[in-house]
Amino acid sequence: MIANNDITQDLHEQVLIALDRQQPLTLVGGNSKAFYGNETKAAALHTAQHSGIVAYEPSELAVTVRAGTRVQALEALLAANGQMLAFEPPCLSDASTIGGAVAAGLSGPARPWLGAVRDHVLGARVVTGHGKIASFGGQVMKNVAGYDVSRLMAGSLGTLALILDVSLKTVPKLAAEITLALEMPEADALELGVRLRQDAMPLTASCYFEECLYLRLSGASSTVRSATRTIGGEILPNPEQFWRALRNQTHEFFQQFDRPLWRLSFPPATQQISRLEGNSLIEWSGAQRWIYSNIPVNLIRSIAEKHKGHATLYRGRLPGVSTFHPQPHPLLNMQKRLKQALDPQGIFNPGRLNKDW
Amino acid sequence: MEFDPDLKAKLLFQLNEILPQSAILTAEEDLRPYECDALTAYRRLPLAVVLPTTIEQVQAITRTCARMNIPVVARGAGTGLSGGALPDENGIVLGLSRFNQILGIDAENLTARVQPGVRNLAISQAVEPYGLFYAPDPSSQIACSIGGNVAENSGGVHCLKYGLTIHNIQQIKVVTIDGDLLTIGSETLETSGYDLLALMTGSEGMLGIVVEVMVKLTVKPQTVQVLMASFPQVTLAGDAVAAIISAGIVPAGLEMMDNLAIRAAEAFAKAGYPTEAAAILLCELDGLEAEVEEQSTRVKAILQQHGAGSIHLAKTSSERARLWAGRKSAFPAVGRMSPDYYCMDGTIPRKHLAQVLQAITDLSEHYDLRVANVFHAGDGNLHPLILYDANRLGELEKAERFGADILALCVKVGGSITGEHGVGHEKLDSMCVQFGEAALETFHAVKQAFDPHELLNPGKAIPTLHRCAELGAMHVHHGQLSHPELPRF
Repeated sequence: MIANNDITQDLHEQVLIALDRQQPLTLVGGNSKAFYGNETKAAALHTAQHSGIVAYEPSELAVTVRAGTRVQALEALLAANGQMLAFEPPCLSDASTIGGAVAAGLSGPARPWLGAVRDHVLGARVVTGHGKIASFGGQVMKNVAGYDVSRLMAGSLGTLALILDVSLKTVPKLAAEITLALEMPEADALELGVRLRQDAMPLTASCYFEECLYLRLSGASSTVRSATRTIGGEILPNPEQFWRALRNQTHEFFQQFDRPLWRLSFPPATQQISRLEGNSLIEWSGAQRWIYSNIPVNLIRSIAEKHKGHATLYRGRLPGVSTFHPQPHPLLNMQKRLKQALDPQGIFNPGRLNKDW
Repeated sequence: MEFDPDLKAKLLFQLNEILPQSAILTAEEDLRPYECDALTAYRRLPLAVVLPTTIEQVQAITRTCARMNIPVVARGAGTGLSGGALPDENGIVLGLSRFNQILGIDAENLTARVQPGVRNLAISQAVEPYGLFYAPDPSSQIACSIGGNVAENSGGVHCLKYGLTIHNIQQIKVVTIDGDLLTIGSETLETSGYDLLALMTGSEGMLGIVVEVMVKLTVKPQTVQVLMASFPQVTLAGDAVAAIISAGIVPAGLEMMDNLAIRAAEAFAKAGYPTEAAAILLCELDGLEAEVEEQSTRVKAILQQHGAGSIHLAKTSSERARLWAGRKSAFPAVGRMSPDYYCMDGTIPRKHLAQVLQAITDLSEHYDLRVANVFHAGDGNLHPLILYDANRLGELEKAERFGADILALCVKVGGSITGEHGVGHEKLDSMCVQFGEAALETFHAVKQAFDPHELLNPGKAIPTLHRCAELGAMHVHHGQLSHPELPRF
């Protein structure tokens, strides 16, 4: 059951007061991803009470929800209608909200095949840094009127505006699902990833952990059956449990807290990187590689760059280290100008995306 | 007012320092081809057209223009339909047609790096040997360029399943008005910082000039089927569309045409359409063979349940191509039935399809003007074509009012004034209907961040607050299509 509670007015007032007093705000949804991003010190503005479905008609393949709506509750509603959020946002606690999921911009195991959070954002209603309520995009798939401010919200970590409601594209649930487990060395798993992509296999998730490659196949039952025969390997019992644990980071790999956890992004076909061996887990057929490492920050970032990728200090803040990979000057400058234009008083999550602003 | 001749001479002198003489056009007869895009109702001559061939030249040009306060209008193939590439009389047109190289194909990462002047279809042709294609396929794909596609966030008949341009590009290189070169997006699936790729895509040349694009490629489907179903009533076809989507099927394309459009297209393209039908649906299914077979059976059953008179499965690839050729030529075909026509591009939530269709029919009677309807029905993108004769007194104005009513209706039912053609010069006033003051203020703030002196494509896409305040009633202008030989939409 999803609580239906519209506190737009209250949230708007809190932003107006913050603007008036020039007091920055930390935007908090379910408070499940507070560790992510650079530290921000400001009074909390809670959105969790702002909950409910604004509009949902399954035949539209779109849903509009208030930001404080819990992801799991929304997904239960969609599942009851044979649909899902294809971007599988991580729910790091039961309290995770859809506003937080969009702001964080983290996509789950299906990302390379079914798209990122941003790809599923159709519209957003926000409180702007000028203290006004504005709507962007809409509920329709095609809409090229005005700049695409709603997709810009995805991954902005709440630093540009306060999301009130968001419209998301929903997709039909896939009929059949099988997960295969194949034991093989990392280099072989990465190479197989390239081949499977070129063969248009019905993959919707991939994970390489402790010498074993797990592949989730989804689609029509005939398609999944035939792909299973082609790929081979063992059929994994309880696959849903496995992928849920991976997505929500309750998987054993994510239960280590003694070292910083890095998330590295690479072009998917990037081969095994010997300097990043060790305590790692690979997702997205090679495009996302998690590693616990004490390698010096500059070194890990330079390894990432050398392979046309970037390195995020996902968990375990380090003094003086930016969470996100530094950007070259002109681009950084443009990002800063955008932040200043949309949040001129710097009241939304100061420092969270970039330590300096 | 005439542009200051001294300033113009100074500008040309500076441009001459950057470009060879052959890359600078100033004679009136050379400028004429650039006076408009495919929306020919609006024409202006720029001070000059420059045709650079290197990124460094583009940087030097924008730097010079920024310094001299000269507007810059970027132009790809000039096939845009909203006057987005309409020149500024006091500015230059920066044509990217000479950036026409495919720089690299990465079959392992399923990407290609291309220059902005490369034609949309040329990308798919170049990657065909790898069994790949570039998915967004605006119907003008034989002519339109990828840089223009990024500027407009172009769609096409297959975006229901494969997404728009924004879903099919990974990285772009952009030159700012200050001459900086920004690499936006990345070769990976995630990018750090703000998602400027989303912001740039569809920004109509207002924020920067796209000088390179890394597109995402898609593996060609193993099997493709196209079904054509005819319906005795338009509303039945509309309901069938909703039913297919509700059943959890996402076709590669789901298109609808009404009787007038069917007859026009059939006379023009001999596609084999049933000319007596009130509406037809074209449904393309693709994927792995077994899956397509299964979906095809289900779609046929749904179509029958919703009153389809006949259902025809294209058996050969040439028959499929013929069915699509009829659809893609619908616009020039309708153009032969009437001296003039006015094309709309609204989107609506699918559930309102039948209602909006009925309203358009009622409006057609009210204004006593015929209308042919061609829809990307699967994603609710309508292209009603209002037929009129500009030589008849008052008929153009009537067509404009009719069009304005349709767009207002789209906004009213929760849709948009433009699904894929862009706002450009044409729909500035309609923007005032769709967006409130707060949203427009935000758009202007974005523009300020990228282009504080408003030199990139000034006066397009985003109306001033003043303009919206002045606007008593929505007024949409007459649009006329050039390149009638090109398939459209």
